[in-house]
Amino acid sequence: MSTTLFLILCLNGLQYGMLLFLISAGLSLVFGVMGFINLAHGVQYMVGAYLLFAFTGLTDNFMLSVLLSLLAALLFGLLLEYLVFRHLYKRSHLDQVLATFGIIIFLNELAKVVFGPATLSIELPEFLAGSIQLTEQLRYPIYRLITIGIGVLVALVLYFTVSYTRIGMLIRAGATTPEIVSALGVNIQRLFMIVFGVGAMLAGFAGVIAAPIYAVEPGMGDNMLIVAFVVIIIGGIGSVGGAFVAALLVGLIDTLGRSLATEVLSLVFSPSFANQIGPALASMLIYILMAAILIFRPRGLLPAKGVA
Amino acid sequence: MSMLEINNLNKSFGAIRVSKDICITIEANQCHAVIGPNGAGKTTLIHQISGVLGSDSGSIKLAEQDISNLSVPQRVHAGLGRTFQITSVLPSFSVLENLAIAAQSKSGSSMRFFRAAANEVALNDTAQQTLARVGMDDRAHVPAADLSHGELRLLELGIALAGNPRLLLLDEPMAGLGRSEGAALVTLLLELRRSLPMLLVEHDMDAIFKLADVVSVLVDGSIVVTGTPAEVRADSAARAAYLGDGSQ
Amino acid sequence: MDRSLLAGCIIFIVLLAMPMALPLIGQAYLTGLIIKAMLLAIAAISLDLLIGHGGMVSLGHAAFIALGAYAAAIGLESGIENILILLLLTLALTGLIALITGSLALRTSGVYFLMITLAFGQMAYFTLTSLAVYGGDDGLTLWSLATLFGSDVVQKGHGLYFIVLATLIVTWWSVFRISQSRFGRVLRAARDNPERTEVMGYSVTRYRLIAYVIAAMIAGVSGLLQVQHAEFVSPAMATWQRSGDLIVVVVLGGLATRNGAIFGAFFLVIVEEVLGSFLHEWRLIYGPLLVLMVLFAKGGLSDLVVPNGPVPNGPVPKQPVPKRDNGHSA
Repeated sequence: MSTTLFLILCLNGLQYGMLLFLISAGLSLVFGVMGFINLAHGVQYMVGAYLLFAFTGLTDNFMLSVLLSLLAALLFGLLLEYLVFRHLYKRSHLDQVLATFGIIIFLNELAKVVFGPATLSIELPEFLAGSIQLTEQLRYPIYRLITIGIGVLVALVLYFTVSYTRIGMLIRAGATTPEIVSALGVNIQRLFMIVFGVGAMLAGFAGVIAAPIYAVEPGMGDNMLIVAFVVIIIGGIGSVGGAFVAALLVGLIDTLGRSLATEVLSLVFSPSFANQIGPALASMLIYILMAAILIFRPRGLLPAKGVA
Repeated sequence: MSMLEINNLNKSFGAIRVSKDICITIEANQCHAVIGPNGAGKTTLIHQISGVLGSDSGSIKLAEQDISNLSVPQRVHAGLGRTFQITSVLPSFSVLENLAIAAQSKSGSSMRFFRAAANEVALNDTAQQTLARVGMDDRAHVPAADLSHGELRLLELGIALAGNPRLLLLDEPMAGLGRSEGAALVTLLLELRRSLPMLLVEHDMDAIFKLADVVSVLVDGSIVVTGTPAEVRADSAARAAYLGDGSQ
Repeated sequence: MDRSLLAGCIIFIVLLAMPMALPLIGQAYLTGLIIKAMLLAIAAISLDLLIGHGGMVSLGHAAFIALGAYAAAIGLESGIENILILLLLTLALTGLIALITGSLALRTSGVYFLMITLAFGQMAYFTLTSLAVYGGDDGLTLWSLATLFGSDVVQKGHGLYFIVLATLIVTWWSVFRISQSRFGRVLRAARDNPERTEVMGYSVTRYRLIAYVIAAMIAGVSGLLQVQHAEFVSPAMATWQRSGDLIVVVVLGGLATRNGAIFGAFFLVIVEEVLGSFLHEWRLIYGPLLVLMVLFAKGGLSDLVVPNGPVPNGPVPKQPVPKRDNGHSA
């Protein structure tokens, strides 16, 4: 395998990892702070993608569409919170799984009805569509690099907020000792709403960014959701730093694994065997990693730390 | 033969030593109380004896049998019974069934898949007897979730007794009880004391002085004094530990 | 005889009569639908043992149905025709995999258990898609089905219907008996309060593992019969969405009730058929329906159909959020 290909794979892995981070961060906080299993987080990602599609269809301004989509995704998340999720916080995890499952089914179908079942694509404006020369042999799409950059930026903002602001402190307290937070007289309802809203917006944002890269189709959030859960288990529930590290790890392992698994296997086994087993094994890698973490280091790689 | 022998029990959580060379001996038919300020490590001690927490070093012997490396269920089968500081019962079962399940564990294998357990006469009888012992005969078929706090504490005790233990670990059995309920429980424990050795962790000093034959004072993970209640009451180290704490 | 037992008997009598009664009203094709519902009910009953009685919410149970189906399919493709031998293969495969994955998964609980069962389910799915010889992603159509010592009575029509019905009745009866047995009582106690159950002297993990294996094997049997009915297997049978559907069936019907799983299974199949026949986008109604049921009808259908029927030990208590520094070694 050439170095160039390897570098491309790494960059792709990082970019995928950043998207995973955006989705997982919100999910981790929502679960860590509120104890709420939100299976519908994946459809929030899908909603973001479809919103971008809709807005780019309506306006010809890409950046404006991005902004509008973000706003709409946030509003949509808050609406769902108000209508459904708010009533589920005190219910068992089983009830939460079921209700959010119902929402997934509904929204996937709605997407199919409104936009049709076919895969849609979004065109990038010219200034984002090009590639830049990274090394002598490597040209890489600007947009994907920007995605990586955005991921890092969001990670820094989140880290700063969670570690150094008052609301971040409340979030960390909520993630480790929820009873204390309401005892402190904090408006729990409002805190939950904020955490939830931020999470929804991040997921929607991930969808917005991902839309021009990946296919936009009903059900696109389902697989992302599962991988997001894998990420937060590996990283540690309630931990933004953990989500970041785990997301990059998962992104890289998955991307590299898919391309390399067959190659590596064919060093040892026959090519036909490797071709059969390779893809399956590659898809399983991240689950094997998650299962290992659950068994050997159940609190995750970077567990959420309490308020000092 | 002493019923319980704890030798040099040590436990640390990271850099914090919660149990430091703890030594306790309980003879047959003795009630040995452990008192101490909050955070002294009393519940951690009970967790280590019952097997919920592993110790770093030291040994625990129940009636000469070394149980230091046994799992929680194994220690129960060796004869240990315990109650929890925060009531821990089976909420969706009736009071009687809670006790029957506790009795079931000591009555042959539970790997039986077809006969209805609720109909087993022997288990229900044992449960009924235990119920009578703790004075809750009339509440047999009430779902545990519907009990008052005082009744729950009694059920806690009943569950431990239904397993026919050789030694009882009581973690703050008086917790949250009013005066009359507390007095009733003390009377009950006085009755049990003569036939069942117990390790009693408590804050309620009146109860301690009525029940305990021996008292150990646990401060900051170490036992600072052991003696009869009168000796401990007079001891200066014990008093220092309790300045500003408790009714004495 | 208590009401739920009576309700169950009535259901079975009705099901028994269906194959004869339906042609009389020109609806013979419905027997296929009923078989589908009964197969779903068998799998759902097994999941109820886990969730309702055991308090173990698994998001990977559909994988065992698929594994059972594939065990049968591979057996058939390899020339094994006798359904009893295929049954043994199914039980062996699902039992073994459940033993291994269960031992690992049961080191966790609550949401972590949910996730690790999901992971194992996904692994099963990916493994099945990689079986190119057996159709891979597209699945496999089976041209020859199992026989009972040469007779095709277990292949179609009334023969298969009654075999499935018999399996359902046996499963229904056995799982309920198990839940009320000594074993089942310990399982239910552990569902309520695992710590207390340990301190009563029970190795909770051992009981849970046995329940997990039993449930997996029953699900496998459902898969085997599904092969006979649908004459087709595909990895899609193992997806987490299917596992989710199973959970819906069990909870909708009423957890830890005698007939809940059957109500739930029939409800789902009927909704899919009836709703789906005049509204292609029936999921637009099904989704919100689920949400509403969770929010407002906590006891499930069983509560509506047989109110105050014996719910052996009530709904599953809320799992606490896993605490950060859990001092216990368990």
